[in-house]
Amino acid sequence: MVPTSYFIILSAILFVLGAFAFFVKRDLITQFLCIEVMLSAANLAFIAFAKSASSLDGQIFVIFIITVAAAEAAVGLAIILLVYKQKKTIKSEDMNLMKG
Amino acid sequence: MTDIFWIIPLIPGLSSLILVIFGTKLPKKYISIQACTAVFASFVVSVISFMGLKQIPHEAYPLIKNLYPWIQSGDFKAALSFQFDPLTAVMALVVTGVGFIIHVYSIGYMAEDKSYARFFQNMNLFTFAMLILVMGSNLVLMFVGWEGVGLCSYLLIGFWFEKHSAANAGKKAFIVNRIGDAGFLLGIFFIFIYVGSTEFAAINEAIGGGLITQSVATLIALLLFVGAVGKSAQIPLYVWLPDAMEGPTPVSALIHAATMVTAGVYMVARMNLLYTLSGTAGTIVAIVGAVTAFYAATMALTQNDIKRVLAYSTISQLGYMFMGCGVGAYAAGIFHLYTHAFFKSLLFLAAGSVMHALSGELDMQKMGGLRKYLPRTFPVFLIGAIAISGVPFLSGFFSKDAILTSAFASGNYLVWVLGIATAVLTAFYMFRLIFLTFFGQERLDPEVKKHLHESPPVMTVPLQILAFFSIVAGYVGLPLVFGKNLDWFGHFLEPVIEAHHEAHLSLSTEWILILFSVAVALFGIFLAYIFYIKKPKTPHNIVAKFPFLYKLLFNKYYVDEIYNATIVRPLVKGSEIVYDNFDLKVIDGTANGLAKTTGFFGKFLSYFQTGLIKDYALIFLLGVILLLGYILF
Repeated sequence: MVPTSYFIILSAILFVLGAFAFFVKRDLITQFLCIEVMLSAANLAFIAFAKSASSLDGQIFVIFIITVAAAEAAVGLAIILLVYKQKKTIKSEDMNLMKG
Repeated sequence: MTDIFWIIPLIPGLSSLILVIFGTKLPKKYISIQACTAVFASFVVSVISFMGLKQIPHEAYPLIKNLYPWIQSGDFKAALSFQFDPLTAVMALVVTGVGFIIHVYSIGYMAEDKSYARFFQNMNLFTFAMLILVMGSNLVLMFVGWEGVGLCSYLLIGFWFEKHSAANAGKKAFIVNRIGDAGFLLGIFFIFIYVGSTEFAAINEAIGGGLITQSVATLIALLLFVGAVGKSAQIPLYVWLPDAMEGPTPVSALIHAATMVTAGVYMVARMNLLYTLSGTAGTIVAIVGAVTAFYAATMALTQNDIKRVLAYSTISQLGYMFMGCGVGAYAAGIFHLYTHAFFKSLLFLAAGSVMHALSGELDMQKMGGLRKYLPRTFPVFLIGAIAISGVPFLSGFFSKDAILTSAFASGNYLVWVLGIATAVLTAFYMFRLIFLTFFGQERLDPEVKKHLHESPPVMTVPLQILAFFSIVAGYVGLPLVFGKNLDWFGHFLEPVIEAHHEAHLSLSTEWILILFSVAVALFGIFLAYIFYIKKPKTPHNIVAKFPFLYKLLFNKYYVDEIYNATIVRPLVKGSEIVYDNFDLKVIDGTANGLAKTTGFFGKFLSYFQTGLIKDYALIFLLGVILLLGYILF
């Protein structure tokens, strides 16, 4: 039996990697993937806790998150596609229309 | 049939409303018929109500019709309710009767004007407001009418507003009246404080019940009188009335001679118990009236503008009315108001007819010898002049004599002497006007003479009707010397105005007073005859002898200049200083400062809005870490 703490540590590593990459990478699709990584890390933590607490709540949450993430991916990709059509670039630094 | 009196004011009000909405689309003929019919209908209802009033016992006075509880706020109540009693009846008959004749005259006088509908709409509105003023059963409703007639006066003085002087005259009338109205309002407030109601019935009851002490009565009476001074053009607020002659002549006749300017006299008569209780206030009213009467008459002596002579004469006659009210002869004051309405509107309308004939000429120095060109205007003008001068057996004689006799009987000999002196001056300046206009050699412009024509019947017939009343109106109030109980007018008013407790004069004294006042009137006419017919050089000689006095009178004692220098200009200057320093710096500064501060903070905060996703994400992350740290540790 693998102790719960192993899962949590893995989840934390994945989350930090995703966050770090989000700040380092420049193009929107990679950043988008980073967000997915962070979401998966969270999912992993949920499942680990659900297992240790022998409760189904965490697993239900995970299913919800995966569903929402799929929908979000569809919307996000569509936005990125439209941005590319407009600006011919998907570098996040080039997008500062909302600068005050 | 007496309970329909409350529709008297509503008919002209409705007519005015229709003219406001549809006026510009209606044909002139219809407008004039509607406007005149409305006033005539009011007159008919007034006559019916007046007849009904005589049939019911005095104890039932006043008839009150409560239409609507208009204002209800805590203790304060003001109802939209009308009352009808002898005093109201006299006023309503004068306003609608004389008003109707002037409306008819206006059809001819205003025929060529392009703002025909606006004129009749304002005239109807004025009639409405004036009737509200005289019929309101409480001071608040009276004040509504009081302001309403002021508004109509402003609108009609400035009727030809393209003319700069007319627009200015309207503003002057409005602003000077506001000064008086401030006092009037304060008076109403004090009455509410001491009586707890503004209904006339409640006020009279409170005075009868001793709720108001003498000093309080004096305070309230004087504050109300300030309002009357403004509205009725007495010293020191009379300056607006001569300028008001910029309006069309029917307006001068209706508003600035017959009705609106007498509102102050009506108010004093309505509150007669208060003035009688105070005593001091009555004396002040009498003195202000007497001084104004004399002072305005002296100014009328030197004016060359035919309408301005009549304007000063109106101020002077209003002084007479206040003189009468002040010495306790309220009925005599109202009697003079009633006769004055006929002969003064006659004089104004006749002057309008002269102007009409002379293509708008106002200067008497450019008239003369007109009696053969204006065969219908001349006799009525002469009747008006005789009536106002106080020649026996015309209306002005009876009413003026009633006031002078009462003044003498009350022991205010100063008031009486001023009254007699004014009578001489009145006869003199009226006949100066007649002689300069209708007699002597012609001094007309040749251009004007080409268009010289008598006015159409629609103008001359109203003049003849008014002339008829100027002769006979006085016979309803004969003095005691002609027999007892002939003063029908005074008896009729008795339920409202309690018979004054003046010392009764013996018959012989009264005869002497009457003969004396007749003598001074004839003396004034004779003097005018010498000056302007017999020896036309006399005025020049006198002017040469007393150049200073003539200049003083000709320039109306420089009162306008003094007011300008001491009140108007400092006010304007002060306003400019306040505008520059307070409005521009403090008020605008505060508003702009607030805007600038907000803008500065906005600018500062906008630096955080880089528009870059990463920056937002970083701040978000930092926030999460901080929150976590706070929760965990």
